[in-house]
Amino acid sequence: MILAFVSVSVPLGDASLSRGMTSLPAISLTHPLTLIAAVFTPFIALGILLLIGYFASYLTALSWADLTYVMPATALGNVFVALLAHFWLHETISPLRWMGVALITIGVGFVAHGPASTTPPVNLPASTAQAEAGPAAGIIKKEQVR
Amino acid sequence: MILASNLIQPGFWPATAMIATIVLTSSTGEVLTAAAMKSMGDLDDIRARSGIRGAIRAVVTSPLFVAGIFFMAVAFFSLLFALNHMNLSLVGPAAASLTLVTNTIAAKLFLKENVDHRRWTAAVLVCIGVYFLAH
Repeated sequence: MILAFVSVSVPLGDASLSRGMTSLPAISLTHPLTLIAAVFTPFIALGILLLIGYFASYLTALSWADLTYVMPATALGNVFVALLAHFWLHETISPLRWMGVALITIGVGFVAHGPASTTPPVNLPASTAQAEAGPAAGIIKKEQVR
Repeated sequence: MILASNLIQPGFWPATAMIATIVLTSSTGEVLTAAAMKSMGDLDDIRARSGIRGAIRAVVTSPLFVAGIFFMAVAFFSLLFALNHMNLSLVGPAAASLTLVTNTIAAKLFLKENVDHRRWTAAVLVCIGVYFLAH
């Protein structure tokens, strides 16, 4: 659920940022403060709100899973956008793009089959259930809950 | 992308520099943030113990997290700058696919994650997939 929200909010947020930034006049390096002013335009603000929601979910995911596990999972967002564009907006998707969809889906399948975390968990009392059940037990239990 | 088509596209080296800045700063930010989250343990457990405020306090008071946010902010403004000069259809996929590879390398080196064949395959497949999807 958390990873699904992470996947969907990023493309929507990025599209919103792009719409906002391309409608502004060109910004040069000599006037960097105009970038700050851009934050308060509606599309940029909406993009930032979506990305804040994404970030909270992303941090929660990172607290129980590896970065190399969360990253490919979030790339599923690109697949969602392509499928939405095809089935909802009736856009034509080229064979190369379908291949992209397939590769990302297979890639996510690869990591999803493995463990979510390969580093030992921290902040757990060493003498309790973890010691009795072995270090991997907590991770497996967490994955089942997700 | 009707609005974006009015953009004057920058040359190869300026475009490369913009994308490289986004990739390197966002990779640094993400690895620092991942290190922070890993060092504090499961956020759901912290929230169960000390509530949502306790969880937020645990996150925002971590020095690693603050450093990560700094680099992510630099990456974000680099992205805004690049989007002002280039199309999202170029910047988005290029930055996303390259960050995936640099993150995987950094996670193995600095976070000591066990990046086995399965994860390398996933990273490369997703990287190529993101590239194809954008073209």
